[in-house]
Parts: sequence; structure tokens; C-alpha cells
Amino acid sequence: MKGIAGSKESNDCLITIESSVKRKIEINSIVGVFFYDQILKVVEDTLDEQGLHNVKVIVEDKGALDYTIKSRLLTAIERMREDV
Amino acid sequence: MLNGVGREVPDNVKAFVKSDDFKNQKRSLIDKKKKQSKTVFFDELKLLFDELNISSKMTLSFHHHLRNGDKVIELVSEEVQRRNLTDMHFAPSSIFPSYKKLGELIKNGNVTDIHTNYLNGEVADLISKGFLQGKLIMNTHGGRARAIESGDLPIDVAFIACPTVDKIGNGHGAIGKSACGTLGYCISDLEYAKKVVLVTDNVIDELKEHQINSEYVDYVLVVDSIGESSGIVSGTTEITKDPIGLKIAKDCANLLDYLGLIKNDFSMQTGAGKTSLAVVKFVEEIMKRNNIVGSFASGGITKAYVDMLEAGLFKNLFDVQCFDLDAVNSFAKNKNHIAMSASEYGNPFEKNPICDKLDFVVLGATEIDLDFNVNVTTDSMGNLIGGSGGHADIAYGADVTIIISPLIKSRIPIIKQKVTTVTTPGTDVDILITERGIAINPLRKDLLDKLKNSPFPIYSIKDLLDLTYKITGVPKQIIPDDKIIGYVEYRDGTIIDCLRKINYESK
Repeated sequence: MKGIAGSKESNDCLITIESSVKRKIEINSIVGVFFYDQILKVVEDTLDEQGLHNVKVIVEDKGALDYTIKSRLLTAIERMREDV
Repeated sequence: MLNGVGREVPDNVKAFVKSDDFKNQKRSLIDKKKKQSKTVFFDELKLLFDELNISSKMTLSFHHHLRNGDKVIELVSEEVQRRNLTDMHFAPSSIFPSYKKLGELIKNGNVTDIHTNYLNGEVADLISKGFLQGKLIMNTHGGRARAIESGDLPIDVAFIACPTVDKIGNGHGAIGKSACGTLGYCISDLEYAKKVVLVTDNVIDELKEHQINSEYVDYVLVVDSIGESSGIVSGTTEITKDPIGLKIAKDCANLLDYLGLIKNDFSMQTGAGKTSLAVVKFVEEIMKRNNIVGSFASGGITKAYVDMLEAGLFKNLFDVQCFDLDAVNSFAKNKNHIAMSASEYGNPFEKNPICDKLDFVVLGATEIDLDFNVNVTTDSMGNLIGGSGGHADIAYGADVTIIISPLIKSRIPIIKQKVTTVTTPGTDVDILITERGIAINPLRKDLLDKLKNSPFPIYSIKDLLDLTYKITGVPKQIIPDDKIIGYVEYRDGTIIDCLRKINYESK
């Protein structure tokens, strides 16, 4: 099961999520030096809200704001759930 | 020691005091060179290097009018590499991504010191990472002219790319297959370098008018091509379609109008970016609506200004470099489109430089801080991505200096507590226009008064920063590396900030 959402355009991010034996989050961000912790928090909080623990998430971030990251992640989750 | 903008600079450098401190200094001029004999023509760079006895540790200068299409600096770089000369000092007025060979020379220690006004691309990346063994000195356009004429930047050989040269050694920039228009940035090099070489790919019998006077020209090197024309005219000619950019541009033009700055005989300068072009478009509309005829526009000139000159909206254009082919053609045929040298443009010691006559300028910024200091030299991680060019010159000279920028670029707030690098001191920056609000420098009480009951969304710059943080979150503070790789030199030759090796790799 896998879901992808977003883009690698400036101010956006591309998020890939798939099932995994444990939670794993990988963040590659052009603004990681400044915002890594915040991006990680948005991803973790959103996964918690969705009750998802055994997933692997890859965030390829081009400077997206928190609400963009969250909506991309939610869409990726939905797509993953549809992907059977 | 802390300098006049509160930056720590080493004790052994001349620290920046304030932007008008040059008034307490005297203009210092070395003798202009006198050519001994007739101009000699060469068609092999090797032989010319022998003739000039170009050797290690010498200073070679270049101009950047051929921009990303320039082949002259690459050609000279190849010869420096072939001879394995070392500890060379290069002084190109700007450095572009196409200057690949220069990158190799830096890595191998052939070139150890650089003076320039602007740089990006591979060379910028290498220097940011600490590959330059000596120092990088970043001047302003006017400051470079001052450094050359005063002998602070002595040049052994100036290699001046020149699109057309005649048989006695006069040169012109707007004629020939590699035409680039005006040649404003090389005039100080021409007059003060110990030896001057014009590099050309077009020799004609006689030039009726010339920009380069053969009196100063020792040699002419004839080559197949001095530049790739597609890279020479690299300026954008389209106005922005980005709604944020358009809103900022519209607010900017309306604010200028409200302040009464768009009046008969006014003068202006803008950058050549897409948002700046939108500002020009909106100013043009206001001028037409109110039957305004301006005195002049200056700077790097684009089609937008050429059209306004031809429509009679400006009496003159003062042009230090042409950004597109329309500007090149206009300069070639229109008497009111006038070339200016970098010195006439922005040298603080020039009598009445053009920059001092400007009513307003509209400029960009990578960062601006709570004191209105502007950074256009590095990004927020310290990577070199540009430089002053004329930024600090015209910000000082203009009555009103406006910075236009989106509040946030890829999550990075444009407003900082302190900018990463100071390019232009905040005392010369008056207004910041963003899509979410406008901030006025508290030093400009006159502007604040005029705008008190205006319809514009005026905030303090601190309020705009707080608003930004609500959107982006607060960025983590980064720690700069200890190693100083160069200096940002203010127009008067004082050090306004240090450049440091980057501490972080961007992913």
C-alpha cells in the first residue's frame, strides 16, 4: 500500500507514504537547517491524528508551509488507503 | 570591532562608519595611464601573454557586459591554466554561471583573490565553501570605480571585451555580431589599468563614434568570438504573472503616486526582474493617465524603458549596461539613450553622479532586518548568491529607496532580526513593500507623516516579522563558521560586513 501527493515545485512538497513494520520518517528539505524540527512535528502529529503507526513517510520539501505539508500528507494517506 | 551597522569586523580593516562618511574623505586619484605607442594588434592570446609578460600574482580585470555569454574571461582563464600561473588576482565586475574555467582556477590555486560586484553559479558555490585561498572582496558598481581610480585596486592588465574595434583601436559596444550595448563597467579599467587589451571579434576600418578611446588601448586581440549572443541578452522582458508579485508592484506604483513622486521631471531606477518590470508598467500607466513626462530612468536598461523613452515619457535614459537587444538597438540609434560609466553612475567621489539625482529606486532584497539593513549578497545560510551591483550606490543616492519582496520565499522569511550579510545599510532604505503590508523606516518621519491617513496597510517592520513567524514558524538560528572568506566593501572602501565560509550544506 502506497500513496503519493504533492509536487517538487517551490513552496510545495512531495510526500510518499507506505506501510512499514514501524514508523519511519525521512525529511529532505531545502529549508531543513531552519525548519527540520517543525516539519517532523507536523508529520508526526498528523500521523498520530490518523492513528497511523506502521508507516514509512518520505517528505521531499521545497519550502512548503505547515498547512501544505499537512494537506499533502492527508491526501497521500487517503491514496494509500485506496491503494489495495 | 563593531562597525557602523553593528557588525564585527577585524581590527586591521577600515570599518564602515556611515553611508555619507565619504564626505569626510578626499577623492584620491592615481595618474591615468599614458599610452606610449600605437595600438598593436594580436590574433594569438599566447603571444600577447608573452608580450605583456603576464606572470603569477598579477591582477587581471574584466567586465561583465557579455554576461552569461562571455567567452573572454574563459579564454584568458584557459591561458592562465595552461601556463600554470599561480596566486593570480582576478577582478571581473561580475561573475556568472558560465565562468566554469574560473572555478577550476580557484580550486587549483591559480586564482587566489577576487574582486567583484556580483557573483552566482559554480564560482559562488566554490567560494562559499571556502575554496578561494585568499579573499573575496565584494564592491558596489560605484565602489569598484572608486577602488580602481584611487589605486586601492591596481590592475596589471585589463581584458576588455569589445564588440567592435577600429583599426586605430577605438571601440564600440553596440555594433557587431556580439553587440552588448553600453560598456559602462570597464571605463575605470580602461583609464587606470597599467595595460589595456581590447578583445574583439569584429574589426572595421573606422568608427565614427566610439565608447572606448584608443588613447588608452595598448593592444587589440582579435578572436573568433567574444561571446554567445543568447547568453549576452539574458534579461527578462516579461512582467510577472505571479499574483503576489503583481499585488506588490501595484501597491508600489500606487504608493509612489500617493507620495507625489510620479511628477513632471522625476527620475527613477528599478531592477530588471519580473516584479520590477510590473512596477515600471504600472508607473507608466500613471504617467500616461496624468500626462507626466519624467526626466530620466537609469541603470541596466530594458525594453520597458526603451518603449517609454520612445513614447516621450522620459527625456533620457542613462544606461550603464543594456539588459536586452531592444536596449542595445535603442542605444545605437537614439541620442537620448546615453551611456554612463560605473563612476558616473555611482562613484561617491564623482561630482553629481547619476545615482544622487534619482528621486526613487525600487530594489529587491534577499533579506531585510529590523534596522532595514538589506542583504542581496548571500542567502540565509550564507551561500553567496549575488552582490550589491548598484544596490548600495542607488539606495544611498535616491531620495526614496523602496524594497519590494514577498514576505516569504519558500518558507524563508525575508525579514530577519539581523540580516545574514549587510550589503546596504538600513539608513539608506526607506520603505519595504510586501504582499501583506508595508513598513516605513522610522528614520523617515516625513514619509510616515505623509502616509498617516493613507489607505495603505502600514505596519512596523517588527509587526510584519511577527506576522511572518505566525505563518512560517520561527526558523532555527544558525551558527556562522569562524573562517572569513572575504569582505563586503561599502562604496567608500570601508568594510560593511565579513563573508564567512558556509557551515551547512543545503540539500
